[in-house]
Amino acid sequence: MPWYSRCQNVFRSERLNSELDDEFQHHLAQAVDDLIASGMSEKDAWSAARRRLGNYGLQKERTRDMNIAAWLDSLRADLAYGFRQLKSSPGFTAIAILSLALGIGANTAIFQLVNSIRLKSLPVKNPHELALIDFEDNSTRPGNWFSDEAVATSAEWDQIRAQQQAFSGILAWNSRRFNLANGGEPRYAEGLYVSGDFFRLLGVKAILGRTITAQNDTKTCNAGAVISYPFWQREFGGDSAALGRPVSLDGYSLPVIGVTPESFFGLEVGSQFDVAVPLCADTLMDPDHIGRAGMPAGYWLSIMGRLKPGWTIKRTTAYLHTISPGIMQATLPPTYPPGIAKGYLANRLTAHEGSTGLSNLRTQYERSLWLLMAITGLVLLIACANLANLLLARATVREPEIAVRLALGASRGRLIRQLLAESLLLAIAGTVAGITLAIVLSQSLIAFISPAGNPVFVDTRPDGEVLLYSVAMAMLTCILFGLAPALRSSHLSPAAAMRAGGRSVTASRGHFGLRRILVTTQVALSLVLLFGALLFVRSFRNLLTTDPGFQAEGLLAVSVDFTKANYPVERRADFNRDLADRFSSLPGAVGVSLVAFTPLGGSTWNNMVGADNAVAEGMGNLVDFNVVSPGYFRTMETRFIAGRDFNDRDLLMSPKVAIVNQAFARRLFGNANPLGHTFHYAADAGQVAPSYQIVGLVANTKLRQLREDFGPIAFFDTDQNEKPGTTSTFVIRMSGSPARLMNGARTAIASVNPSIGIEFKPLSAQLKESLLRESLMATLSGGFGFLAASLAALGLYGVMAYMVAKRANEIGVRIALGADRAGVIRLILREAVLLLAAGMIAGTVFALWAGKEAATLLFGLQPRDISTLAGAMLLLAIIGLLAGYFPARRAGALDPAAALRST
Amino acid sequence: MPKTGNDKLQGTLNLLVLRTLESCGGLHGYGLSEHIRAVSDELLQVEEGSLYPALHRMEQDGWISSKWEITDKGRKAKVYSITARGRKQLADEHETWERLTRGVARVLKYT
Repeated sequence: MPWYSRCQNVFRSERLNSELDDEFQHHLAQAVDDLIASGMSEKDAWSAARRRLGNYGLQKERTRDMNIAAWLDSLRADLAYGFRQLKSSPGFTAIAILSLALGIGANTAIFQLVNSIRLKSLPVKNPHELALIDFEDNSTRPGNWFSDEAVATSAEWDQIRAQQQAFSGILAWNSRRFNLANGGEPRYAEGLYVSGDFFRLLGVKAILGRTITAQNDTKTCNAGAVISYPFWQREFGGDSAALGRPVSLDGYSLPVIGVTPESFFGLEVGSQFDVAVPLCADTLMDPDHIGRAGMPAGYWLSIMGRLKPGWTIKRTTAYLHTISPGIMQATLPPTYPPGIAKGYLANRLTAHEGSTGLSNLRTQYERSLWLLMAITGLVLLIACANLANLLLARATVREPEIAVRLALGASRGRLIRQLLAESLLLAIAGTVAGITLAIVLSQSLIAFISPAGNPVFVDTRPDGEVLLYSVAMAMLTCILFGLAPALRSSHLSPAAAMRAGGRSVTASRGHFGLRRILVTTQVALSLVLLFGALLFVRSFRNLLTTDPGFQAEGLLAVSVDFTKANYPVERRADFNRDLADRFSSLPGAVGVSLVAFTPLGGSTWNNMVGADNAVAEGMGNLVDFNVVSPGYFRTMETRFIAGRDFNDRDLLMSPKVAIVNQAFARRLFGNANPLGHTFHYAADAGQVAPSYQIVGLVANTKLRQLREDFGPIAFFDTDQNEKPGTTSTFVIRMSGSPARLMNGARTAIASVNPSIGIEFKPLSAQLKESLLRESLMATLSGGFGFLAASLAALGLYGVMAYMVAKRANEIGVRIALGADRAGVIRLILREAVLLLAAGMIAGTVFALWAGKEAATLLFGLQPRDISTLAGAMLLLAIIGLLAGYFPARRAGALDPAAALRST
Repeated sequence: MPKTGNDKLQGTLNLLVLRTLESCGGLHGYGLSEHIRAVSDELLQVEEGSLYPALHRMEQDGWISSKWEITDKGRKAKVYSITARGRKQLADEHETWERLTRGVARVLKYT
């Protein structure tokens, strides 16, 4: 293997050298022996032998070259030389590596998330054969929606499974949290209801025991729990005796039948399932044995299938369209009134690509992550421009050295390679540091976007793709910042460079142009980043200061679950009143009220309404409902505008009353006074909805999220609710420490019945959690914007300082001829202003174009907000002028005599 | 085409070295050049400057192998010997050489 030994010899050159010496010495000695034998004196013999051998050094080198791989040898030499060069300027090296590490690290960290959330396929068998089944957008199918991803009712699932021919098999699932605790504060597990074919179709095999099969998911329901690897480790210590042991899910006990492999997290990217049970367990575990499956329009299942060979998404969608009418006919919920039923029958099914599963996290964060990737990409570009600038400055210092090399016959290719070797070393060091940083960064990013008690699960172990990405980044950056300076240096004219010596003014005009372009680019890019940062920070601030219509600070939501106490329906209202009284008497509780749906809590109830005698139909009359106890608006500190609150004369049997918000009044009655009017909501088929008289008008409040516009809401009285559920939520207005109040509430509940579950959530925390994405964007874009502006300032400073140094001569002459120092400072600053202005013009164009990409993420301001752009420009101008001022002041303070003498 | 000329000379040197090592067994560099000079009745003088690069290249190509020995004069010497691959190469080059000389001879004889 000649190449191998030649490569090896590169790294044992000492030994090779001494061997060559030995061989040549022997040759000489033999020759001398022969020459002496033929009668020559020893001294003459030595010189004759040497002459015959020729140039000793050259011979040795030529022989040596036969033994080594020349390209590798020169690479080694280049790298060693580059390393020495870097070592000799530790300041430059540190700045270079640090800025690269920050750029590459941030970029890789974001890519890791994008990769895990958007690009990576599910960890199942042949994920590319998977397709999701969904209804077309704008389908008519009102009802109870149990998750954001839900697609189908149990009836629809049964029909689709029975009729479809496009898939070799289909599966259904639903994610829901289980409470593992029996009473007291909850301990949650991420639950998964799965159809019998789920694991078989996905090709997920149990590593212990067995998975759920079709035999488990039947009417009689032979339910068992399949647990995930992390849950097995956490709850059972990874013990194989876990099989057969019971897990308590919402108080219902099921035996563990198997454990899934570590790589399988479920079908939802961003969460890790803990416990999977068959679909039929939903009915089984419901105290009333109805479950979501038993509801007429209970939407709770997501459906996915494995396509038969040759079936594309397009073909499958077309096929699903053809079978849709039959399926709708067979599954029409009996509760739909005629108008809605007609719409339902026209619904059509469709298919989506399914290899990456479903993901709430993706819906929520995908756009932000792509934007952040662009932002970090720009930061990296700025860092590269900065490095290129620094390298150009270094190249100027090394001009004489390079000129000598060129004059002595070094090839340009070889010189470029040598200069690039230095850049390569920097890129490698920056990338290694960057990857380390990325691991830490991606972990903290995930921690950042995880709501309390519900951690986001994303597999961020650096894998092949991430590594490949960062290596590509390293190469790209190396070329970006290293190539231009290297090419430029090698195109020196040796004669000119050597003649100019240290006082080149004309010879380096070219460098100067390139450096100006680089700085202008930096200014332009940082204007874009600063503009983006200000947009996100202002939009976050807008959200924080937006008025939700209630005072979240000092409000505590207390959820109580008394399912296991088995209170009959007619006792539940009394029980709630009793609990409210107990909470009211706690020290620190100022006001206590019952509420069905806490604002920003996630669940809502809506329906279409009709005013007075009008028919309740049309999406324009869709309003939200809430059910609250008397005093709720006082507790929430929501402004009461007119009419009265609920009171103790509003009872189950008395006329139904409602309080509405301003948006509701405007929607139904325009500018007329709503008090005294009645409304009713759309009733199920064959039923008559009660008529509610409006007795009060309150200010608007936000319900789903802070970003929304105020929507119409009608409030009903808890005392007029005929069927209170087995869970209740109280809102408590606190004064003083929440901890003491929470302790009091715990004790109060435990004294009533220890099997009652209780959970606390401060509304202010809930409010902040609903802004995690905005907070992330504001924090990160702000940080990167600042970093970008600093780098640009550094670049500008570098160029200005360099220019002042180069023009010292000229400035000296000017001062000597009587130019005043302020004039000199103006002269230099004008240059800085020109660079800044050029950069800002380019940046403005880019920023306005890029701004619209952020449009959907903003709140309360337009993506082309001029005042924000002006703010960004002002900020950049201040930073930039400061960076230019110091070199300018130095120029103004030049001692003309010294400046002239030194050149 | 000067390049072909160079190759030819190089080829001749390879041929001479391989043939010498085949007939004499192990030899060091100086011994090799002396042997070629003596056997050719001093018609051929291997240029010492080309000898060592050629030897080292042939060694890297695996045609010859080397080991360090102490000679009877007590000197450390690198002794080369031909390998199996070298013999094959020698046969090839010998064949080429024969054809070349026959061809050249015919052209020269033609009147």
